[in-house]
Amino acid sequence: MTWNEDWGRIRAIARKDLITERRTKAGFNSVAALGVTMLVLFGFAFGPDAQALRDAAAGALWLAILFAGVLAFNRSYQVELESGALDELLQYPGARWTIYAGKFISNLIFVGLMLAIVVAAGIVLFQIHIPPAWPILLATLLLGIVGLVTLGTFYAAMASRTRAREVLLPLLLFPMLVPVLLAAMSASKALLGGDLMHEASAWIRLLIGYDVIFLVAALLAFEHVIEV
Amino acid sequence: MTFPSMTARSFVVPRPGAWRWFGAFAFGFLIFTQILAIMTSPPDRDMGDLQKIMYVHVPAAWITFLSFFVVLLFSARYLWKGREKDDLLAAAAAEVGATFNGLALLLGMIWGRPAWGVWWTWDARLTSTLVLFLIFIGYLALRAFVDDAQRRAQWSAVVGALGAINVPIVYMSVRWWRTLHQIQSNPASMDPAYVLGLRANAFAFLFIMIYFIRQRYVIACLQRATEHAAEAVALGGQQA
Repeated sequence: MTWNEDWGRIRAIARKDLITERRTKAGFNSVAALGVTMLVLFGFAFGPDAQALRDAAAGALWLAILFAGVLAFNRSYQVELESGALDELLQYPGARWTIYAGKFISNLIFVGLMLAIVVAAGIVLFQIHIPPAWPILLATLLLGIVGLVTLGTFYAAMASRTRAREVLLPLLLFPMLVPVLLAAMSASKALLGGDLMHEASAWIRLLIGYDVIFLVAALLAFEHVIEV
Repeated sequence: MTFPSMTARSFVVPRPGAWRWFGAFAFGFLIFTQILAIMTSPPDRDMGDLQKIMYVHVPAAWITFLSFFVVLLFSARYLWKGREKDDLLAAAAAEVGATFNGLALLLGMIWGRPAWGVWWTWDARLTSTLVLFLIFIGYLALRAFVDDAQRRAQWSAVVGALGAINVPIVYMSVRWWRTLHQIQSNPASMDPAYVLGLRANAFAFLFIMIYFIRQRYVIACLQRATEHAAEAVALGGQQA
């Protein structure tokens, strides 16, 4: 298999997932709406004092993205399992990791779009002042969802095929995501406050390290997970 | 689909043999080390007799990490060789590890309440031990929810390996986030009067761990043997 063929497979799988999603829209709309609803509820928990809201904003945003994102991951295998298409997909020639890579990309785009909506809602609801270093904040958000989607896509390949997928995925995923959440929350919080202690860069390095380690591990291990 | 280790031959259930004596020895030694530790150590200057809880808390924490390492070892070997025996051993080690993990957390809380004034604090070592406990729970939940033996073995090996990779990362991230745990107790950091009790207890816990893993493994083998027998009957009443 050449690199071109692998890339072709990855693209085809990502494209298929995104087209299915675009034609139904129901999935994306409800997941994004859930994310915003979570933010409103967090607002009730921390508000209405403006400063308290601003302090809690980074944590609330990430938790909203986490909880809504978890619903997306199981969905990405759901459609294929219901129609028995996963078995057919496995019968096509080519490396197994390309299936993971394709689903990773489509999930990343899905969660990324949801993130845009949730962050926009968060800026309004939590009265966030956009800091001058906003490009770094944007990079932090992206690195955070890469970590989330890496393991989310991977664990959903198992959890979605068990009896208790709704419970099992968060149970497996959330403890594994502790470093991502801590790093993304702390970096976002620091950047929103102007990063006076210069701590954001250490957290961003941790995020990059985590993303690379688990992306490689997931690509290597996916074959063991999908074939049985 | 045939699976090399799925023949009935590998399910000759291990015999107890000398293990029964080993179990009796492990528990006897554990009782002995408690008495030894309490007799040989004077009350601590600051903590008084509260210090005695270290003799069970610290070994429990050590054994937790050791068990997770055992899980990683057998998971990796399962992925490499595909022998069901390794899967059952990893599962046994995970259950024993989760038990010691819970014990370490609980004993730490009992100590923390009088020493620090709080049952719980978000310190690095505490928090990462708790996260480790949650990762163990996820691993065991996965095993409980997957019925197919090969799938369960394969998936839990991968989850066990990824969980083990994550342990140092979790620890580092939580440490950056916040830290106040006192410097880890080890024989080099304490008065010689306390070392003997701690060392002896560490060995006692190690023996208990080995005995527990062994017993849990034997039970898992028996369970698998019944499953195989039921399968063979369902497939036409022949003995596999």
